[in-house]
Amino acid sequence: MLEIPVLRWGKPYESFDQQEVVHFETGEPLAKVHQANAGLVKMDMRKAQRARDLLREIPVSQLLEICKKAAELYMTAELPLGNGTQTPEEFCRIQSASTGMPEWMCASNMKKVAFVLEHMEEILDALTRGLPLDILTKGYGKEDRGVMLSYQANSPVLGLVLPSNSPGVHTLWMPILPMQIGLVLKPGSSEPWTPYRMTEAFYQAGIPRECISVYPGPHDVGSTVTELCQRVMVFGGQQTIDKYKANPNVQAHGPGFSKILIGDDVVDQWEDYLDLIVDSIYQNGGRSCVNASGVWASRHTEEIAEAIAKRLGPVGPTSMTDPEAPLAAFTMTGAAKAMNGSIEEGLKESGVTEVTEKYRDGERLIEMERCDYLRPTIVHCDNPDATLANTEYMFPMASVVKCEQKDMLKKIGTTLVCSVFTEDQDWSQQLLDSTNIDRLNIGPVKTNALNWLQPHEGNIVEFLFRARAFQNEPPAAH
Amino acid sequence: MTDNSNLDELVKQHQDILDAHTREHVQWHFNPETGSPYWLEKAKSFDFDPLTDVNCFEDLNKFPLFEDDELRGGPVDRWIPKALKGKPTYVFETGGTTGVPKSRVVIDDFRIDYENFSDTLPDEHFPKGANWLMLGPSGPRRLRLAVEHLAQYRGGISFCVDLDPRWVVKLIKKGKIDEVKEYSAHVIDQAMTILGAGHNIQCMFTTPKLLEALAMRLMDEGSSIEEAGIKGIFCGGTEFTQQWYRFAREELLGENVFITPTYGNTLMGLACGKPFDPADNYKITYYAPQPRAAIRVVDFDDHTKVVGYGETGRVKLFTMTKELFIPGFLERDEGEREMPHIKYPWDGVSGVRPFHKIASSTTVGVY
Repeated sequence: MLEIPVLRWGKPYESFDQQEVVHFETGEPLAKVHQANAGLVKMDMRKAQRARDLLREIPVSQLLEICKKAAELYMTAELPLGNGTQTPEEFCRIQSASTGMPEWMCASNMKKVAFVLEHMEEILDALTRGLPLDILTKGYGKEDRGVMLSYQANSPVLGLVLPSNSPGVHTLWMPILPMQIGLVLKPGSSEPWTPYRMTEAFYQAGIPRECISVYPGPHDVGSTVTELCQRVMVFGGQQTIDKYKANPNVQAHGPGFSKILIGDDVVDQWEDYLDLIVDSIYQNGGRSCVNASGVWASRHTEEIAEAIAKRLGPVGPTSMTDPEAPLAAFTMTGAAKAMNGSIEEGLKESGVTEVTEKYRDGERLIEMERCDYLRPTIVHCDNPDATLANTEYMFPMASVVKCEQKDMLKKIGTTLVCSVFTEDQDWSQQLLDSTNIDRLNIGPVKTNALNWLQPHEGNIVEFLFRARAFQNEPPAAH
Repeated sequence: MTDNSNLDELVKQHQDILDAHTREHVQWHFNPETGSPYWLEKAKSFDFDPLTDVNCFEDLNKFPLFEDDELRGGPVDRWIPKALKGKPTYVFETGGTTGVPKSRVVIDDFRIDYENFSDTLPDEHFPKGANWLMLGPSGPRRLRLAVEHLAQYRGGISFCVDLDPRWVVKLIKKGKIDEVKEYSAHVIDQAMTILGAGHNIQCMFTTPKLLEALAMRLMDEGSSIEEAGIKGIFCGGTEFTQQWYRFAREELLGENVFITPTYGNTLMGLACGKPFDPADNYKITYYAPQPRAAIRVVDFDDHTKVVGYGETGRVKLFTMTKELFIPGFLERDEGEREMPHIKYPWDGVSGVRPFHKIASSTTVGVY
């Protein structure tokens, strides 16, 4: 069987503790992943600075070329994996088998990762707002306009406590190495594949092995990575977000509560936006934080909900190898059932109605022997205070909420991506000024249509580097 | 090489000792003159008479399982055997991160446990007369007094640095990781001060997490546990896994510092680890301090049935001292049943870890 060791600054380490990753449908063991103990992480973190030192020896321009090469290897090469190797096809197959993502979605997520790596130069140029990148290496330098700038790395490494369910999020850590920051990866228990394949692609493309550590392991390995790395990205539920919200060292990624708002000026033409709305809810199995979980308008909400439900209601699970499989499976026992229970509770509130039910042949929850599915669910809420008006689940589910335009900004709460269909200039300005929306799209843009030249949930450059004052000559007299 | 016929003979001898010990202690705890109010009252609900129907260890299966919730709340003196009433008594607590903690009253047991344990420690690594550092939770737990007695029993003095795990759990639950780090650093600061103060400390009790923190602080300051003068460490809990044992020996301590795993709790006393054998690949096997306490690895569905050697089951504990009688209690741990060892000729348990059905709700390893 495939055995995958811990990677301690690139050195394989075989642990006495191993965990099997199994096929979610059959229970067949897919691989044994060696498990780190927290002490190993603590021991290794004492050498974290070496990762940055080594990366700083490689010019950023060369690192950008390495990223391109790594993208190509990730997409096309048969790469080493533990005691075996893995082709891209095998990667998609095994990732699907352990996460419940249809294979075509796994392939599609690979393309996202590769896209980011191939376009790294433009992405960094955009995210740094055109900063000459050698300033990040040297710590200071002058821009073309003659202004002295200085940036200091907040940490020699970025720690990542990665999720098990959504391979697309791995795009978020791709810009780290070309910024000459080392990587400390703690993979999710059923998705070790992307971290290992990406690491191997980076190694083969020329990143020194000592710049990346990969520590699969139990919960306390994740908490040790979070504790010891001075900058960390973690992925989890709302509880995780709340836990770390006051910790500037941690960027917590969780539910997005992403939404579509339709302005009063265009809502009578809502049908023009139907495709955008359906795609925002439904693509990638509705599993991403950037999938829309709410559609808000002041009128026509019943018709809007009806139209979306008519499209999504009939959708049901198919085989993981189906090139158009629309839904991902829930592989964690009881998770789908619990979500279904919460939805049913929410539906008991007055003014809350499920619209998909009549278009669906059967129940929302499909329980199988080793996994479950939840079929798309569209709910109509006649007021914004209903519980389901602002919830999010990892499948195509959205609430169409009736709400006056003047109240929307107050009622939508925190929103990762907000797509707003309007040409109302005053309202657009209020949206621009709002602080509860992270990524704002004003115009006909799907919530899940990401422009990588824009920051995603906080600017990674600002998270990793601190702007500060620097002088190497006296200032002009004043 | 182990002499199997000798081992078989020893196993039999110790089974006989256990049976006799069982008879003696059941007579003590259920005699109206000597027994505790708790057990004398409880006996009224049994469909058997402990005084006549319990004649060997196996007969303890006649008792219903002991529920540790019975230990929560007062009056604690219901546990004191009448024959010991009036003697100076301690109360030690376990748990307590939520709700009322479990309490055990103790008179001399903790001293006896640690004196017996002392006899298993190799003198070359735990020199007689050397001083000790006790780095771990004290407060309402018995650990501080027990380690202190161990040090004194071996002719040394114990220096104590406290850590309050209840406070750490609260901080973790609130996500106050910086405060956890500060508190941990505060504890390690004190240990460093004591180690550097010329107290001839050569032996230590601590927990895996605190040992990691101390060893790494010493490394960061260009020193090590060995250079700090420590020769022997005893260290315990379910966090002391096979993988951690290897990590401790290979990376944390170096080959000259001895470390022995122990597994103990307020109800049992202190189990000993099988002596380190490279052929075992750092496998950790514990043996209860029989006959004062015994552990059996039992079927998950039938606690009266012991599993086969090498098979997995739940740890069931029996304690029989003059102060405490526990005729079968299912621990929150599981593991594999192990063969008797020449040094400990009775059943052992390896791979001890939280019982899989309750593992997700257990907060382990805060210290």
